[in-house]
Amino acid sequence: MALSDKDRIFTNLYGLQDWRLPAARKRGQWDGTKALIEKGRDWIIEEVKNSGLRGRGGAGFPTGLKWSFMPKQPGDRPHYLVVNADESEPGTCKDRDILRHDPHTLIEGCLIAGVAMGAHTGYIYVRGEYYNEHLVLQAAIDEAYAAGLLGPNACGAGWDFDLYVHRGAGAYICGEETALIESLEGKKGMPRLKPPFPAAVGLYGCPSTVNNVETIAVVPTILRRGAPWFAGFGRPKNSGTKIFCIQGHVNKPCNVEEEMSIPLRELIERHAGGVRGGWDNLLAVIPGGSSTPMIPKAVCDDVLMDFDALREHKTGLGTAGVIVMDKSTDLIKAIARLSTFYKHESCGQCTPCREGMGWVKRMMDRMVEGRAEVAEIDVLEQVTRQIEGHTICALADGGVWPVQGLIRHFRPMMEERIAAYKAGKAAPMALAAE
Amino acid sequence: MDAELSTATEFPQPESFSFDEESLKAIETIVKRYPPGKQASAVIPLLYVVQRQMKRSTGSAWVPNKGMDAVAERLGMAPIRVYEVATFYFMFNMKPIGKHHLQVCATTPCWLRGSDEVSRACRDAGKLGGWGQTSEDKMFTLSEVECLGGCVNAPILQVDDDYYEDMDYESTVRLIEALRRGERPAPGSVIGRQTSAPEGGPQTLLDVPGE
Amino acid sequence: MAKVTVDGIEVEVPNGVSVLQACEAAGKEIPRFCYHERLSVAGNCRMCLVEVEKAPKPIASCAYPVADGMKVFTDSPMVRNGRRGVMEFLLINHPLDCPICDQGGECDLQDQAVAFGGDASRYREEKRAVKDKYLGPLVKTIMNRCIQCTRCVRFATEVAGVPELGATNRGENMEIGTYVEKALTTELSGNLIDICPVGALTSRPYAYVSRPWELRKTDSVDVLDATGTNIRVDARAGEVLRILPRTNDDVNEEWMADRGRFAFDGLKRRRLDRPWVRQNGKLKPASWAEAFTAIAAGIKGRKIGAVAGELADAEATVALRDLMAALGSNHLECRTDGAAIDASRRDFYTFNTGIAGIEEADALLIIGSNPRLEAPVINARIRKRVATGGIPVGFIGPRGLDLTYAQDWLGEGGATLSALVGGQHRFNEVLRAAKRPMLILGRGALARPDGAAVLAAAWQVAAQNGMLQADWHGFNLLHQFGGQVAPLDLGFTTGIPADVEALWLLGAEVPAAVPESAFVIYQGHHGEAGAARADVILPSAAYTEKDATWVNTEGRVQRGRLAVYPPGEAREDWKILRAASEVLSIRLPYDSPDGVRARLVEANPVFGGPGFVPHGCTDLAGPAGDAGGVAESAFASSIHNYWQADVISRASATMAECARTYLPQAAE
Repeated sequence: MALSDKDRIFTNLYGLQDWRLPAARKRGQWDGTKALIEKGRDWIIEEVKNSGLRGRGGAGFPTGLKWSFMPKQPGDRPHYLVVNADESEPGTCKDRDILRHDPHTLIEGCLIAGVAMGAHTGYIYVRGEYYNEHLVLQAAIDEAYAAGLLGPNACGAGWDFDLYVHRGAGAYICGEETALIESLEGKKGMPRLKPPFPAAVGLYGCPSTVNNVETIAVVPTILRRGAPWFAGFGRPKNSGTKIFCIQGHVNKPCNVEEEMSIPLRELIERHAGGVRGGWDNLLAVIPGGSSTPMIPKAVCDDVLMDFDALREHKTGLGTAGVIVMDKSTDLIKAIARLSTFYKHESCGQCTPCREGMGWVKRMMDRMVEGRAEVAEIDVLEQVTRQIEGHTICALADGGVWPVQGLIRHFRPMMEERIAAYKAGKAAPMALAAE
Repeated sequence: MDAELSTATEFPQPESFSFDEESLKAIETIVKRYPPGKQASAVIPLLYVVQRQMKRSTGSAWVPNKGMDAVAERLGMAPIRVYEVATFYFMFNMKPIGKHHLQVCATTPCWLRGSDEVSRACRDAGKLGGWGQTSEDKMFTLSEVECLGGCVNAPILQVDDDYYEDMDYESTVRLIEALRRGERPAPGSVIGRQTSAPEGGPQTLLDVPGE
Repeated sequence: MAKVTVDGIEVEVPNGVSVLQACEAAGKEIPRFCYHERLSVAGNCRMCLVEVEKAPKPIASCAYPVADGMKVFTDSPMVRNGRRGVMEFLLINHPLDCPICDQGGECDLQDQAVAFGGDASRYREEKRAVKDKYLGPLVKTIMNRCIQCTRCVRFATEVAGVPELGATNRGENMEIGTYVEKALTTELSGNLIDICPVGALTSRPYAYVSRPWELRKTDSVDVLDATGTNIRVDARAGEVLRILPRTNDDVNEEWMADRGRFAFDGLKRRRLDRPWVRQNGKLKPASWAEAFTAIAAGIKGRKIGAVAGELADAEATVALRDLMAALGSNHLECRTDGAAIDASRRDFYTFNTGIAGIEEADALLIIGSNPRLEAPVINARIRKRVATGGIPVGFIGPRGLDLTYAQDWLGEGGATLSALVGGQHRFNEVLRAAKRPMLILGRGALARPDGAAVLAAAWQVAAQNGMLQADWHGFNLLHQFGGQVAPLDLGFTTGIPADVEALWLLGAEVPAAVPESAFVIYQGHHGEAGAARADVILPSAAYTEKDATWVNTEGRVQRGRLAVYPPGEAREDWKILRAASEVLSIRLPYDSPDGVRARLVEANPVFGGPGFVPHGCTDLAGPAGDAGGVAESAFASSIHNYWQADVISRASATMAECARTYLPQAAE
């Protein structure tokens, strides 16, 4: 029982239709927004809570609860909504489609979220590489202003709301909410120490909430169709619909909005044409973007795609970027390339991440060749444990989990590689350091 | 990537930089987005303005030291704070680049689908030695970039601001040759896919209201 | 207050303090690299991790606020593993070049590696190489050693107020530097060396000179400006090898200005190390006995006066005064720059708010002073106040000076001061709205013909704008050298008459009005114009070479101590004067340090106490000058070349290098 088109929120995901306002309206966007706003802040937050919506940016924090952290009474500091469109997690390209094909779902969501958190200003932080996407988004915002949907007395609902687009410039770390805030303030994207949390001290020192694009963009439809409708999809605590990005060794990579908790195998076979060479040719899947540890085929056979099911297998739904790897894959290299990514994207602030990511990357590069000792697999594992949980933000955790997943499930493959290297080349490795 | 790191002294820097008319107009729009006293927020947008102006005036999109100083002065920041930002973010070119910036995504999702072939094609057709290098005719600079966020259309080659998707060796060579001829093929999937829909046409969203 | 339990020890700490501070209150030492009490919290080194009950991960104690009932563990397996891990990461790219590193023996990384690290490295990859950076003539960089703690970046930005250092690039390629190569434009750069926890930033002049355990350390006081910075003089084999600040929160916190820190090589150059006597128009080497005999002959029957120079210590000054008195002279002067100081009341010529008191002020008016060049450490305190409290600073003097904090430029000189006296200036309102306003008057503003009027006018501004209260004294004179206040305390303001026939110069130049024919005795450690003009030269000890008392601009009485012996035949100043008195058949009535100090207290009881305690002002009557007589002309600071402002720094090769770097037009 796959999701039917009438229950899809992102009805222009592929850009089959025009993104502009008139077409968006025909698809049902901006329908009755004024009435939704007039139901008030508490109602909006309650509906979002009841819908079971969890953040779509990777961490899966309940959205309604997050909004409720914003101060109830406006103080002397303005509140800010910040939308995280810095989509950079390898394997993730869902927000891109929202920005370029369905921008009005996002813009409408921003206004409603702004009302819910008492913010009169919103910034959408778009990753710098999404240049063309940001042009579309900006044009859509301009349209919304022209139509009175944004600006003073937006939608005629009595709430002033300004919305701006801010482009990043190539830094994965800016997807971390406090790094994003720093970046938006004109600094290097280095995550802040918490506490204080953004709801207390965020953008410009003011109460702020940072939400992912998809999270914000689903809100108008949830409010229009009712929390129970959204909560009716997926398993309890994992409710709703979700955009999945299915890629790698599948016959037809694609983005698709599906029901949460859909079995992984069904997702791949129904929408992406199945695994290249058939299901039995599957080796492993990274289920939720690069930070989530891979799962071997045996797990993939019947695992459900939701937060809790994947967590039981020591991985996560993350951003729902499904990276499929068939039996031709050099898994060690696939993970080593991710280590390169995390080393490149470490902001450099915390010692374990700054120093450790380079160490992990270099060890992984040797593991690809097999130019290592078997005991070094343990060293590698220990180094990842030494990094994990010792830094300001979660980049380091996400950077070492893929390596831990590799060792957990494919250690024999690594040992074989080392043995093969030793068999081929007897020369002991040079001791480079010291 | 390490090869692309540069210090300020390895190549000639322009002796001065001042914003041209077009840039000044852009700056005026940009700074209005941020609250009074928070002009520093505009540092990334203004560095883009510098990079675009350099592209307009010299054909090479990069950020010279004097350009950073001009940003610092306009926003009332200490120059070092601008240097920090410019060198932290990967999209600012701290040294001159070729007319077209070939940016090959080589992160795992693209690598699984053949990004090695794309970069090989860039080197062959663009006459480029390796990452961070600029061709002798100053037409192309080749960079390895991290995940571009277009993974279901992997592998991706970003040329300047545009994504070319579903690339392979041959399509990359054809693209580079077209660029060399002064053409600008339409960005997007080079195998005719409808954006992120599966190859062969969408299987969902066939029944939606609207046009 | 919050109750926190650290390793079972219960402590009560104020709400809002960090877990690290709570641990320290419980007597637990927490290792750290990036954390520094006087800088903002970065939380990046991760060395200070501790375990908090119920928290799944260790937390950075420097950045985490305490909560009531919190249970902290500083020595649990989680904490030990965390520290060992961080230590290993810090060392993988650190060159283990301790044997050739100047930080060796006083290196936080070394010490903490021993205390908290493992005994071997598992790192088998290549180490990172980082290009060294040029930061100026004083700070040497070996950037391979940098652990990216960013203390230096924060110091430069926050304390020194020169946002020129930064961390460029990112991740493991992050580098500390100025990006565009330049010397840091600060007078506080030596502090970067102190706060760097590793050997990345070391002292250029001290490079490869010595090991810390070879040095004899003597606590003393800096006199090359009037701050009274507390210092430690490190010497080996009779030679000063470096000078470091000591912590004194009332005076210099833990900072020090570059001239005081680096000018000491001037102590070895151009020294007067034997007596000289002029014979037939030419100075000839002489014995002490010959010099004293020449003096006895030279001053006999002549009208004599004495001048105390800007580095004069209190003991010498009182001995000189006693000697003059015995010779029947009361012609004493110390205001060698011509500053019209009124010494009739101590609060007319001291920094009454106190240096620490700056932090309580809520408005500041600076008149004719450039505190950044005259007293960099005091300037840093002003900057701290402005940075934390945003207090308004009005400035009268040259336009466009970069004092490292925001200032409201009111005007160039006398005209503006007169307007403030009139009470009609817009800044009068700022001052009147303040609860603790203060002003700083520079000596430069008094060293002009209308100096007395300027002094009286400044006092009047203080009196009329709420600066003088029973528990607050907001009138401050900023002196420029460590020997300028003690002679004021000892009455060296009677003046030198134009018809003086003999002069005893204690490290001072010959006053302009003195006739050519006058017999001149120059007593000092460096000879400049005063020595060249002298008939007799008496070589004396510099500040590092004697036990002596100094009074800073606040009026604070502090003791300097002998770190090395004076060179050659040079002697401590008061002893020279005592010896001369014998030859002159006067015999000063003390011949021990205790004796001369007892005499000091007798001369002015202030020398028997701390000299400065926070005080107010109840007597609003001002100095003698006519506040209406201020000329309209511009004020100028009398210090233009910070690096070469005194005889010692003018003899210093290091300072000459600084002058060449920072003031190419002023360098010799």
